[in-house]
Amino acid sequence: MNWFERLLGKQEKSGATAKQRLQMVLIHDRADVSPGLLEQIKDDIIEVIAKRLEINPDNVVVNLDNTAQESRLVAEIPLLQQNGRRRATVQ
Amino acid sequence: MGKTTVTANIATALAMLGKKVVAIDADIGLRNLDVVMGLENRIVYDLVDVIEGRCRLRQAMIKDKRQPDLYLIPAAQTRDKMAVSPSDMILVCDELRQEMDYIIIDSPAGIERGFRNAVAPSDEVVIVTNPEVSAVRDADRIIGLLEAEEKGPGRLIINRLKPEMVARGDMLSIDDVLDILAVELIGVIPEDESILISSNRGTPVAMSGLNGSSASQAFRNVAQRLQGETVPFVDLTPKRVC
Repeated sequence: MNWFERLLGKQEKSGATAKQRLQMVLIHDRADVSPGLLEQIKDDIIEVIAKRLEINPDNVVVNLDNTAQESRLVAEIPLLQQNGRRRATVQ
Repeated sequence: MGKTTVTANIATALAMLGKKVVAIDADIGLRNLDVVMGLENRIVYDLVDVIEGRCRLRQAMIKDKRQPDLYLIPAAQTRDKMAVSPSDMILVCDELRQEMDYIIIDSPAGIERGFRNAVAPSDEVVIVTNPEVSAVRDADRIIGLLEAEEKGPGRLIINRLKPEMVARGDMLSIDDVLDILAVELIGVIPEDESILISSNRGTPVAMSGLNGSSASQAFRNVAQRLQGETVPFVDLTPKRVC
């Protein structure tokens, strides 16, 4: 769906929605990691990092990423800006 | 999702190709393959009778008189689900292998004993799914279990596809499903009233071929692909004669 259709308030076709939802749910099914477990892992990571670095817990994102070969846990943890330096991301 | 209908039709279509075929209903307690095949009035012995030694295997094989070499071994209706074990199924199938070209086993729904009974003796697994979120998710789980049992990944039948809905974007397409499941496709069965009409009459659509039904052709194509032939997939673009 392009921006123009979005602007017109058009709804995405249900077939496409079905595919996206399936892809998301299967990432969790295949890795046997529930969204709840992912939340717990995220909280743990925040706790560890926050001991040493300044971060905003609200900006931390932990996701499962699946390819045919492997599943990986991807964490994005933006550090709070210091002295005008660019934001760093730990992956 | 339509496993019993698919089993009945694949078994029938293979028999129509001149193969010796036996279909086994592995759904203990929920017998149904007999009615779909129209053989319900001829049951004397069932699978559990064979396993518990009350009859010989031959006696439990109901011959479909409409085909030269098509048989059904019905499930037991009222017994304990645990009456059949995976090793029982392997024994029964080993005996059947001697004289049959194909043994088609109808697995019950779920991932418990009945599923393991159906998978244990199999050389190849065909997974039947519908183009629906819930069905595709289940199929993914089944594929995972098959791989764990070293029976996988299996080949896929997409059942009850509605080409008009796919065309307007309101149904997962064949490519969508294959993208997600990443298994080999062996058949696409269009939604077709003639399947229900044939089931009503107890004549699998592969045999009745009602009004040149596209589903009938689709099932016969699956049988040919199981035989190792390359058969192009029926064009399911809407508003065209398939």
